[in-house]
Amino acid sequence: MFEGLTSRFEGILRRARSRGRLGPEEVDDLLREIRLALLEADVHLDVVGVFLERIRERALGAELSGVLNPGQQVVKVVLEELTLILGGETMKFTYAPKPPTVVLLAGLQGSGKTTTAAKLARWFKSSGRNPMLVGADLQRPAAVAQLETLGERIGIPVFSQPTDPVAVAVAGRAEAARLGRDVVIFDTAGRLAVDDELMEEVRGISEAVQPDHTLLVIDSMMGQDAVNVATAFHDRLSLDAVVLTKLDGDARGGAALSVREVVGCPIAFASTGEGLSDLDAFHPNRMASRILGMGDVETLIEQVETTYDREQAEDAAARMLEGRFTLDDFLEQVNQLRRMGPLSSVMKMVPGMSQQMAGVDEALDEGRIDRIEGIINSMTPAERIDPGLIDGSRRSRIAAGSGAQPSEITQLLRQFREMRKMMKKMGGSGSGGRSSKRRGKRRKGGRAAGAEPTGSDRPATKGLALPGLGDPAEAEEWILRGPGR
Amino acid sequence: MSLRSRLGRARNAFSAQVRGVRSVSTVDAATWDALEEALILADLGVSTTADVIAAVRRRADAEAGDEPDVVLDLLRAEVVERLGSHDRSLARGGDPSVWLFVGVNGVGKTTTVGKLGRMEVQAGTGVVLAAGDTFRAAAADQLALWGDEVGAAVVSGAEGADPSSVIFDAVEHAAAVGADLVLADTAGRVHTRGNLMDELSKVRRVAEKGSGTVTETLLVIDSTTGQNGLVQARRFTEAADVTGVVLTKLDGSARGGIVVAVQEELGIPVKMVGVGEGPDDLLAFDPVEFVDALFELDDDVEA
Ligand SMILES: Nc1nc2c(ncn2[C@@H]2O[C@H](COP(=O)(O)OP(=O)(O)OP(=O)(O)O)[C@@H](O)[C@H]2O)c(=O)[nH]1
Ligand SMILES: Nc1nc2c(ncn2[C@@H]2O[C@H](COP(=O)(O)OP(=O)(O)OP(=O)(O)O)[C@@H](O)[C@H]2O)c(=O)[nH]1
Ligand SMILES: [Mg+2]
Ligand SMILES: [Mg+2]
Repeated sequence: MFEGLTSRFEGILRRARSRGRLGPEEVDDLLREIRLALLEADVHLDVVGVFLERIRERALGAELSGVLNPGQQVVKVVLEELTLILGGETMKFTYAPKPPTVVLLAGLQGSGKTTTAAKLARWFKSSGRNPMLVGADLQRPAAVAQLETLGERIGIPVFSQPTDPVAVAVAGRAEAARLGRDVVIFDTAGRLAVDDELMEEVRGISEAVQPDHTLLVIDSMMGQDAVNVATAFHDRLSLDAVVLTKLDGDARGGAALSVREVVGCPIAFASTGEGLSDLDAFHPNRMASRILGMGDVETLIEQVETTYDREQAEDAAARMLEGRFTLDDFLEQVNQLRRMGPLSSVMKMVPGMSQQMAGVDEALDEGRIDRIEGIINSMTPAERIDPGLIDGSRRSRIAAGSGAQPSEITQLLRQFREMRKMMKKMGGSGSGGRSSKRRGKRRKGGRAAGAEPTGSDRPATKGLALPGLGDPAEAEEWILRGPGR
Repeated sequence: MSLRSRLGRARNAFSAQVRGVRSVSTVDAATWDALEEALILADLGVSTTADVIAAVRRRADAEAGDEPDVVLDLLRAEVVERLGSHDRSLARGGDPSVWLFVGVNGVGKTTTVGKLGRMEVQAGTGVVLAAGDTFRAAAADQLALWGDEVGAAVVSGAEGADPSSVIFDAVEHAAAVGADLVLADTAGRVHTRGNLMDELSKVRRVAEKGSGTVTETLLVIDSTTGQNGLVQARRFTEAADVTGVVLTKLDGSARGGIVVAVQEELGIPVKMVGVGEGPDDLLAFDPVEFVDALFELDDDVEA
């Protein structure tokens, strides 16, 4: 199981420390670990090679500066270099002088094109534009119905007709002009990069509508093939930007690096869910630490925010990092985290936690949370604050009250103590991924447990201030000047 | 129809490594590196690749084989062996039997339900399709079109309805009309969403509340999936007792090598492969053909 670069480095650095310096040998060892980490994150083999060459030079050169220890320096170099590649030049989103501005989406089957088309339309609308959607996927069963349903949800017109994809595209563009819509977004059918006929078709669509922006929609779970796919689409369509989808999963997303490296155009958007508001600006720094498995405190805080109040979230995160929390907090956390998905995937966003969480996760597997709740509820308030009070007789009482075995209580307390210790350690060691920059409150759409009406993403909350989205003025600025500052 | 003939159109000169290996006179360190690269590029993953290569080297040493063809045969045999000799048939025996399709978003669940519907209808099975994706826009419309296409009845609920109850209704409907098999679609979900994984556990439970028995829970994995495929398999197995994998989109340039690790670690066999978007583009999984396609060991296929 992948454990993050930092923990992989530990053994090597211990050796280096005992020698007092980081020699070429250690750099080689570190590079080997980085190689493994990148491959496990699905970065393409050749891209890994190119990347390591760059790192080697900088890693050797980095020995001279003396603020960080050599291992930290290498980690820093890797992160910086990765962030640089992932970020680089950003998408220049300009509106066409003569409307409509044409946006074309393309990609493999099931990558998320139709959903992204609707998300973009929603975003343009909130930026004060009058977008229109065109369904040029006449291939997949009910593709147009899907787009129409989404369009209806966000109050944006959808154009399509059962002719052929190029004809629909042409007619759609004309219709947009006729209706005075100033942005027109084309959803196209999924196609394989190796399917010449369909690749020619999408080129035909592109030639017919002359897009101002052509976006490749790529699934973040993709493996080594991402390079072939991106290359093929770039060859035919000359891409302007990439949208990376399904980042709400836990794939490391090395495909992002592969794609960025081969097509050279920026990754403009990150898609993080099925709700139509789940479209974020792409953050190269977060993606870099995600690929390396180094944790991302900021994302953790944001996810906590979706269920918590922001203040509370920061407070909780701080307390977690400082190890200043009680069994009540613990229970509260567990219940909050349960809503976000497996505990391990959330906790892995905390730097240094990925390895430690391996054990804790088992201990806290979702099915056992109810039992834990029962045990904690059978404790007195004092016991919850100071579990040290719990001696043999208290333990028996709690066991009787909760119907648990005394050994389970012992085990829970041990795990709790372990976790608290671990968090304290992390808090003290200065969490590398934590940014001092604070963001506004933010809400994500998405499904509530079980039976929320289908797909209705939550209404746009006011004060949505993520750079790039929600606040149109800021959004445009981000698109023009780029994220990551 | 064989996988090989289906893939002819799509494969390109991707496995340069393997071809390079064939042209050397004796296998040396560089050759082993090339083989390792071929496995990584096919998404087998670093640790499976290392294991496979080490095992093949041991076998090659033992047999004193240093000719490329011998080594490639050993490699093929090794991976085929790792895929195991599982029973890959789809289990029946319920009254009706329920086959549940699960997986992350967009991998090809609904399409596979349609294709398998075609296969079963042609074989004379009474089939009901259950539109258990009540969440995604037009998911039920999509399945309804598949039902028309392949001539199977479709039971669906209102948008936003409880998927468990839709599938339950489909099972009862099948029982009432004497159909033998319910193919139950579910909404795509990323395994990081705990509540949605719980929902899936419930779907599986409720599907057996009435007359039916869930005899297969098929995890659909997209061939383009990288190392996350293994995590998907673990999580979905925990939530819904996966009994087999359907590997889709093998008609593209991706190799689907992650299923080797899935099968090895979790013992879940690949049962079917998807090779296109049409109703007949579904094949039974054959380990030998799969491995040949994985490394492009078959000359005819090369462009
Ligand atoms: N979890 C998650 N699901 C997503 C995301 N983006 C899209 N999806 C889901 O992925 C599935 C496929 O999305 P579509 O938008 O239909 O993909 P597509 O590329 O249009 O598919 P085709 O038209 O069949 O090629 C749907 O279930 C979407 O709800 C995302 O960021 N996260
Ligand atoms: N080339 C190819 N495309 C496929 C194959 N199987 C499915 N697809 C396509 O992949 C896309 C997604 O397929 P769906 O069946 O809608 O996937 P799903 O898993 O039901 O998606 P959600 O319900 O949105 O999670 C569609 O465009 C299908 O036509 C296959 O074997 N080969
Ligand atoms: Mg689509
Ligand atoms: Mg579906």
